[in-house]
Amino acid sequence: MTHLPYIVGAYGMAVALGGWFAVAAWLRTRRARRRLAAIDPRTRR
Amino acid sequence: MVAAVNASTTLAPPSRDGRTLHRFANPGQFLRLTGWLLPWLTAVALICTGTGLLWGLFWAPADHEQLDAVRIMYVHVPAAWTALTGYLLLAVCSVVSLVWRHPLADVAAVEIGPVGAAFTVLCLGSGSLWGRPMWGTWWAWDARMTSMLVLFFLYLGHVALVRAFDDLERGYRAGAILALVGAVDLPIIKFSVDWWNTLHQPASITFTGASSLYVGMLWPLLLAATGFYFGFATLVLARTRAALMERRLRTLLLARAQEAA
Repeated sequence: MTHLPYIVGAYGMAVALGGWFAVAAWLRTRRARRRLAAIDPRTRR
Repeated sequence: MVAAVNASTTLAPPSRDGRTLHRFANPGQFLRLTGWLLPWLTAVALICTGTGLLWGLFWAPADHEQLDAVRIMYVHVPAAWTALTGYLLLAVCSVVSLVWRHPLADVAAVEIGPVGAAFTVLCLGSGSLWGRPMWGTWWAWDARMTSMLVLFFLYLGHVALVRAFDDLERGYRAGAILALVGAVDLPIIKFSVDWWNTLHQPASITFTGASSLYVGMLWPLLLAATGFYFGFATLVLARTRAALMERRLRTLLLARAQEAA
């Protein structure tokens, strides 16, 4: 395959950016849910 | 789920609930709907993006001039389309926010900003990686590239502006106005290759005419683009859910502090 470093760079950037944002969103939701559950007992149900 | 129901008290829906756009302003309803929808959107995003990118990387034919560098197109073009559509959505949210004072539109606009900026970075970065071997340069001040860079700064400006005010509402209004003014960049990006003599090639795919792209390249491109669109929707919805929960958290903490005082 020609131009391999450039191709790997582009695909790697796509995976890294997508993965970063997905993990960040998941962690943010989990943290908010846990803190809500700690403050408001009704959320534990 | 209960958190979703509780969150509805944070942003009370207007009285004309059920008949207008405002019925979707109920965060509890939004959280319930997106809680059900998100796993499906994630699955479609992963399947389409994975299939499209792998197809483009391993099975789509190489170009007779660009050789294998053409495979960068399967990242670059979907990222560009998604960045543009994302900004259009930001502008729509801004209209809804300014005209109808829809609280969910404000929250969604705040969360669209960073995701749209990321897709713009991906478009610019992958374009640069393609430009180096094809044009012999990482960057050229070409109309298409420059207008895309302006889009990136517009996204960054929106991200910074909505967070720059102590009063959230003022931040939302200022961000909405910036987003609407910045929307003028969208047609400039789209038609830059027609209006000016640019280094960037003109569109190969149009809504009205036949595609000049070989069908073996078109399908993985469309599949990857579908995946990127679903990925964008998934990320924005997930971030909006988290933001609503954080709002509910702040409201509860404030209520507790007032009770204690």
